[in-house]
Amino acid sequence: MEITLPQAVFLFLAAVISVFSILTVTTKRILRSATYLLFVLFATAGIYFELNYSFLGAVQLTVYAGGIIVLYVFSILLTSSDSQKVDKIKNSKFFAGIIAAIGGATLCIFITLTHTFPVSHFVAGEIRQKVIGTALMGSEKYQYLLPFEAISILLLTCIIGGILIARKR
Amino acid sequence: MEITMEHYLVISTIMFFAGIYGFITRRNMLAVLISIELILNSVDINFVAFNRFLFPGQLEGFFFTLFAIGISACETAIAIAIIINIYRNIRNIQVKNLNELKEDSVNNAGKE
Repeated sequence: MEITLPQAVFLFLAAVISVFSILTVTTKRILRSATYLLFVLFATAGIYFELNYSFLGAVQLTVYAGGIIVLYVFSILLTSSDSQKVDKIKNSKFFAGIIAAIGGATLCIFITLTHTFPVSHFVAGEIRQKVIGTALMGSEKYQYLLPFEAISILLLTCIIGGILIARKR
Repeated sequence: MEITMEHYLVISTIMFFAGIYGFITRRNMLAVLISIELILNSVDINFVAFNRFLFPGQLEGFFFTLFAIGISACETAIAIAIIINIYRNIRNIQVKNLNELKEDSVNNAGKE
């Protein structure tokens, strides 16, 4: 069986995502958890690049890996007086979590593998930046000006809300 | 072996249920938030895979993922602001200590 380069890349990314997303939720130290989350986000960006969505991969890298993880690390360091203590899990909660996760994963993977999707095959081809820009800024059918504006209002609200909530009284 | 859409769906399923497990079992609020981040990210992978494999000529999944990334950034910022505020009031961000979020706790914290 020969493994071509795209398959090798995909297998590597899949292994990274599976291992590190499980490590993220099972490790005891919260700072390690954030670091493993960073690896998962990098691998997700790799999947976007592999699917020929370079713009999305770049957004993922800048917003998630560059912005959100830094926020996490700072807030972990700000609140880490007792979070270095080992986080012991109650037995009942552990079993509830493991049953929900494994049961749900088994069910979903079973359904995914048995369901016959419409004919699907990988169609390579990068979306041109001009197409993305026109679709983002147009107000006709299949164009996204309204959600774009809604997101910008949401971000503004979020800035104001964050300042109001986190300021010192 | 050809990489089909199901492969992407399977790895996003693994990521999603790792997030569910963390959401149920972790007790630190930041760890719960990290689990939510995993869940959101796995759904993004699903959107992108559907768009690329089933409807390669269209852009719906692409833009949905783009907006979902923006919304999750908002959600994280607000949640971390709330968590830091809670930490200021009760010096603790374990979920089991969060039964006194009312105005009284602010006054109590001032008296201590």
